Amino acid sequence: MPPSIMSNQTQSQDLSKGQSLWSDAWARLKKNKMAMASLVVLFVIGVLCFILPAFSIIADPNNQNLNNTFLNPNKNNWLGTDQSGRDLLARLLYGGQISLLVGIIATTVSVIIGLIYGSIAGYAGGKTDSLMMRIVDILYGLPFLVLVILFSLLISEHAKELTDQLVSLWPGQEVFIKKFINLVPLFIAIGALGWLTMARVARAQVLSLKKQEFVEAAVSLGLSHRQILMRHIMPNMLGPIIVYATLTVPGFVLTEATLSFLGLGVESPNSSWGILLSEGANYMETHPRLLIIPSITFSLTLLALNFLGDGLRDALDPKAAKD
Amino acid sequence: MLRTIVSRLLQGIVVVFCLLLITFVLVRLMPGDPFSGEKAHSAHIIEKNKERFHLDKSYPEQFSVYLGLLIQGDMGDSPVKEQPVAKIIEHSFPASLILGIAGITIAILIGIPAGILSALKKNSYIDYGTMIIAMAGISIPSFVIAPLLAGHIATRVPFLKVAGWGDPFDWILPALTLGLGTAAYLARITRGGMLEVLNQDFIRTAHAKGVHPAIVVTKHAIRGGIIPAVAYIGPAFAALITGSFIIETIFQVPGMGQHFVNATKDRDYFLLQGVVILFGSLIVFANLAADIVLVMLNPRIRA
Repeated sequence: MPPSIMSNQTQSQDLSKGQSLWSDAWARLKKNKMAMASLVVLFVIGVLCFILPAFSIIADPNNQNLNNTFLNPNKNNWLGTDQSGRDLLARLLYGGQISLLVGIIATTVSVIIGLIYGSIAGYAGGKTDSLMMRIVDILYGLPFLVLVILFSLLISEHAKELTDQLVSLWPGQEVFIKKFINLVPLFIAIGALGWLTMARVARAQVLSLKKQEFVEAAVSLGLSHRQILMRHIMPNMLGPIIVYATLTVPGFVLTEATLSFLGLGVESPNSSWGILLSEGANYMETHPRLLIIPSITFSLTLLALNFLGDGLRDALDPKAAKD
Repeated sequence: MLRTIVSRLLQGIVVVFCLLLITFVLVRLMPGDPFSGEKAHSAHIIEKNKERFHLDKSYPEQFSVYLGLLIQGDMGDSPVKEQPVAKIIEHSFPASLILGIAGITIAILIGIPAGILSALKKNSYIDYGTMIIAMAGISIPSFVIAPLLAGHIATRVPFLKVAGWGDPFDWILPALTLGLGTAAYLARITRGGMLEVLNQDFIRTAHAKGVHPAIVVTKHAIRGGIIPAVAYIGPAFAALITGSFIIETIFQVPGMGQHFVNATKDRDYFLLQGVVILFGSLIVFANLAADIVLVMLNPRIRA
């Protein structure tokens, strides 16, 4: 009996109305208190980081004022100021934008690569499959952080040339372009190296789906490989893919913070949570506030993302191992 | 069994070779070279130095010279530190190894009992509490925990220092920081593995036969239940040694991590290659060791 019918019986008597996989999953997710709390936390953090700075309530995060260094929280600076007199709240929110963007965009890059690679391997099968997965095995053996560092340093050199070209194309947008060009190496390096798990997940899904009757029906109807993959297999593997993507975001946010903490990621004066943490660690003994506030924000976000990913896995992919 | 080990070792050599090749090309594609650092030399001396380290030749030529040295067991000299790479690694590896062993020991001692307890008391407050703490342990990065531990514990406990690597007491804080995250993962994995086994028929049979519950857990359930955890310990150990550079930086541990970060920044090609070869080999061996232990624990996959 498909799960949708079972939960219909337990939840409502209205059997005439069908229930899709998604509304079913949503019902299960709603019962998971930690996941729902995480959803609220992430929504609030998202609004604070991406929408609030658009209004002029928040100070300029790069506005240094050496007369106002290390101010305690006050009426103008709700969370106080840092070692250069910059508003901590503003830096926290703009830093959050960067950190979350790195997490989301790098995840998108890795999902696209992993999904395409994994489904081709699984669909093709045979020798192509084992060759492609052997390559993944080899790449798995490489230390991720080591390669991300090398890769992002390499791309960032080319990014500088690209900046000059872009600035000459759009003269007015210099600040904006510089802000994002700095991040592109990180997006690419993390995404280009982080797709391996996704490829394995996608391949396993395709392998189990392609043996099922509806795919056989599609084959016997004479549909092309592309149509079968895109129209019939892809929609059925969205659940696990979304789950693993959600679980990937916190990992990549952490990677960005680690790199920035070591001085190899986002560069000053741009802020990111990793930069705030590493600067805060320098003033830990005299001004613990500069370390503790970013630490709490950062850890809370990662915690919420992990709990949400866990909850989504239980809701969308109940068969998956609960490690 | 022996055949599997040999074929896995050969595969491992391919992995390390690929890693070396990628590193070799990437570091040389990066802007700058080992001699463009802080010490400003005249063009003449730089030319001489490049000749000495064969950096004036093409990449394939450089690579074959380097491979030739490697086969003789020589990792070359560090152009920045002006010392043999093997010597630098010999001096710094013990600290990283101690840190890694201490870290994984802490992780095992905390993580596995916590996971077993959580599984035995499934859906109780103990279970929820443990799993929420474990999730926090996974989510809070080590570089957040490290300064907090250093600031709040090291300053209060007399025999602990904020940073340094003199006596064994100095191992405690870095190892604790390093081990906590892994302990959290281990707890989650152990819980999952135990739950799977506890639901199986042979456990129910043992209970039905009136075997003491403690014996059921220790003699029957744990053996199968910790298999996923064991599979995770091998790679985790390698990850602790290769990924400890943040903790080494914060606690000023004279390990390999600092060399890895500095070699990347200084474009110290040969040192970086040496460190990467060691890191890669460690990962290969750790994965292999984990697989061998798994086969011993689980007779069903013994072919």
